[in-house]
Amino acid sequence: MASDTIRVRATADAEGVTTLQLLMSHEMETGRRRGPDGDLIPAHFIQEVTCEHNGQVVATAYFSGGVSRNPYLSLKFTGAKQGDSIRVSWTDNQGYDDSAEATIR
Amino acid sequence: MMNERRRVLLKGAFLTGGTGLAMAIGLVAPKALLAAWPEKAFRSSDIVEALNNLLGASEYLESDAVSLNVPAIAENGAVVPVTLTSNLPNIRTLSIVVPTNPAPLVASVSIGPNGVGFVSTRIKMESTGDVLGIVESDGQLYMAREEVRVTVGGCG
Repeated sequence: MASDTIRVRATADAEGVTTLQLLMSHEMETGRRRGPDGDLIPAHFIQEVTCEHNGQVVATAYFSGGVSRNPYLSLKFTGAKQGDSIRVSWTDNQGYDDSAEATIR
Repeated sequence: MMNERRRVLLKGAFLTGGTGLAMAIGLVAPKALLAAWPEKAFRSSDIVEALNNLLGASEYLESDAVSLNVPAIAENGAVVPVTLTSNLPNIRTLSIVVPTNPAPLVASVSIGPNGVGFVSTRIKMESTGDVLGIVESDGQLYMAREEVRVTVGGCG
């Protein structure tokens, strides 16, 4: 499934380790920054990123607003092979979410 | 007779439908790794309190078995690449902590039995200071520390 906010790349190597690389588009506002009007910009950041392989959660990442804007995340796991599909999803502190699927290459 | 059978079928269909729906909206998600976002840990301004809230412990061993890759100098504190790796056995979590940030706990990754001790991301740093990589392996915390000199702070 295509996603507007997530770019996924997953590659499996000869040893059976899959490397997952994600690029998410998100403001990642900490809630400490002030806008041009001098008011605090409300916190708005991804809190949770979940990676699933065959319906099993392989990793969950928890973020604070201290992760850079447009977060990059790379993880590795075993037990998957080329052609398998993986699913990645995020949710943020304002209740927005998105998910994407990709095939391991 | 016919009617009875139909009722049973209908009931069955309803039950299956119910489970399917529950799965679709995430009620029957695999629970093990889906704990809620650890709010207290992330809101804490104190690293000991943050670690206690996140992992139930705050004592760690400085260890060569954990390696942390960060730039020595970051011109832009808003984007500091961090890679944390470890070959320790039975790793459950890998966390990135910046004690000099207003909220020191930046990110924490929980991995399942198939997870490899590897996390790479980009973080914000308010000022020059240490980055800590903390790995939970067999119930013990192991830590690596590297200093990053920040030219322009990135928390503002």
